[in-house]
Amino acid sequence: MTENKKTFPVTPIIYTFFILIPIYWMATISFKSRQELGSGLSFFPKEPTLNNYGLIFSDSAWYLGYLNATFYVLINVALCLLIALPAAYAFSRYRFYGKEFFFFGFLTFRMMAPAIMLIPMVEIFSYLGLIDTYFAVALAHTYFNLPIAIWILEGFISGIPKDMDNQAKIDGYTYFQYFKKILIPQIAPGIGVTAFFCFLFSWTEVLLANALTVIDAKPINAIMTRVASVFSSNIPILSAAGLLTIIPGIIFVIFLRKYLVKGFSLGRID
Amino acid sequence: MNLSRGNIFKPYYFLIPALFLITFSGIIPMGMVVYYSLHDSFPGGDFIWVGFHWFKQLFSSSDFTFSLMRSLLFSFLALMIQIPLGIFIAKKIPKAGMLANIIIVLIVIPLLIPKIVIGHIWSFLTIPQIGLLDYFANLIRIPLELNTNISQVWFVILLMDTWHWTSLVVLLCYAGLKAIPIQYYHAANIDGASPFFVFLKIELPKLKKVLLIAVLLRFMDSFIIYTETYVLTRGGPYLSTTFLSHDLVQTATIQFDLGEGGAMAVIYSLIVILTSYIFYKVISIKE
Repeated sequence: MTENKKTFPVTPIIYTFFILIPIYWMATISFKSRQELGSGLSFFPKEPTLNNYGLIFSDSAWYLGYLNATFYVLINVALCLLIALPAAYAFSRYRFYGKEFFFFGFLTFRMMAPAIMLIPMVEIFSYLGLIDTYFAVALAHTYFNLPIAIWILEGFISGIPKDMDNQAKIDGYTYFQYFKKILIPQIAPGIGVTAFFCFLFSWTEVLLANALTVIDAKPINAIMTRVASVFSSNIPILSAAGLLTIIPGIIFVIFLRKYLVKGFSLGRID
Repeated sequence: MNLSRGNIFKPYYFLIPALFLITFSGIIPMGMVVYYSLHDSFPGGDFIWVGFHWFKQLFSSSDFTFSLMRSLLFSFLALMIQIPLGIFIAKKIPKAGMLANIIIVLIVIPLLIPKIVIGHIWSFLTIPQIGLLDYFANLIRIPLELNTNISQVWFVILLMDTWHWTSLVVLLCYAGLKAIPIQYYHAANIDGASPFFVFLKIELPKLKKVLLIAVLLRFMDSFIIYTETYVLTRGGPYLSTTFLSHDLVQTATIQFDLGEGGAMAVIYSLIVILTSYIFYKVISIKE
């Protein structure tokens, strides 16, 4: 609405506070000691301590969890982008028999819950001897990220004029050269946004990541599950660990903030 | 590059890697689930064909029916709250400027938090004596009784889900609204159209595509909610927050009842696919 331009956006600001308060609450707890937390409600830590963070950064069982999660998320994002790009290109540029069927076929898998896939995935990866490796989780997460990647990239590729393709044809480019020199630079924001979505869904998933790892590749989410059940009273450490899981995402968002809004339309706005 | 020479197989070549990957990570696991659902499993890996036995058993079980109903109710309420709220907030965010950018970066944060951490955040908020929500509840003289009070627990999990996911709806709608040319609004202004009319006739039609995405993603994800509510409530009190996915994980991994778990998974998938298809048809037919 045009009248919004002059008025102060009260509603969005209230909403932003609603979003930030629970995160602030976790952040304050992460700077408290267990004794202070137990002594009652307070809005600021009276004696702020970094001990909770110190413990996480000095104990490899903790900090390796972040690294493990980062590794499988990166593998997953790379894999999804690499494989979704040609598929998205086909959906965007060609008319072919079964196009709708294939497109919705892929999306159908996005609808499956990790809870459904749990047992078959454990069976498959045990059979392949991949349990407790980054590849297991990275591959498992492709069933929901690959469809999303195809969906978003298809929207962005459709936003590039077809003349580009024809020009490349005249210039005698091979498909590989065309992808590398023309298409990918053109849809770079779309690739960034796709990576963001794949990152988001893979980083936040717990059930499969937990089931497919034992020790070596255990991600932070799974470590938190274990710690929560063993030291259920150590809320400050869980808070510190929880707060640290948000940071990679925030870095991602800050880099992509210019493209984020366009990305959320998944390239599909007229 | 050869686009003009009609090689009808070319698009399929481009699809091969994706089809290969989805076969491995999607089709084979789903096929195994369907196989489990029609068999009884025995230790040592023996499977015996039982037909639709598990399905019949599930539909006659009140536990399953109730958790299915709870999941449907939860998704319904989540959509009824988050979709209108998301549209409303998106309309109020300025179309450009520093403040808009700051708001967007901040409200994205809940989407980036692992589901287990979401559950923990909300359990920290509701701990008696030291939780902020507990504090506010006491201020308005409605003490939180999450171990016994079913309506309070539902209120808290819906609040949690709204906190977690409304931003997705906001951002999708914001992206949609931003794409509406300013001339549309000028024209409406000249005609003296009411804000409601502008919303109904100009904004809503333009939001159709993004709303379809929002409704579909929100439906799928609320219907499969697992980790967040499990951390917060453990399915209680009195099973009031035991959703379909809790039942599924319990049956398949703890009781190790592959057949029954498989049948649940199949029913569940059919519901999601069917409902998504209906949403898709309803939203795209209106034009």
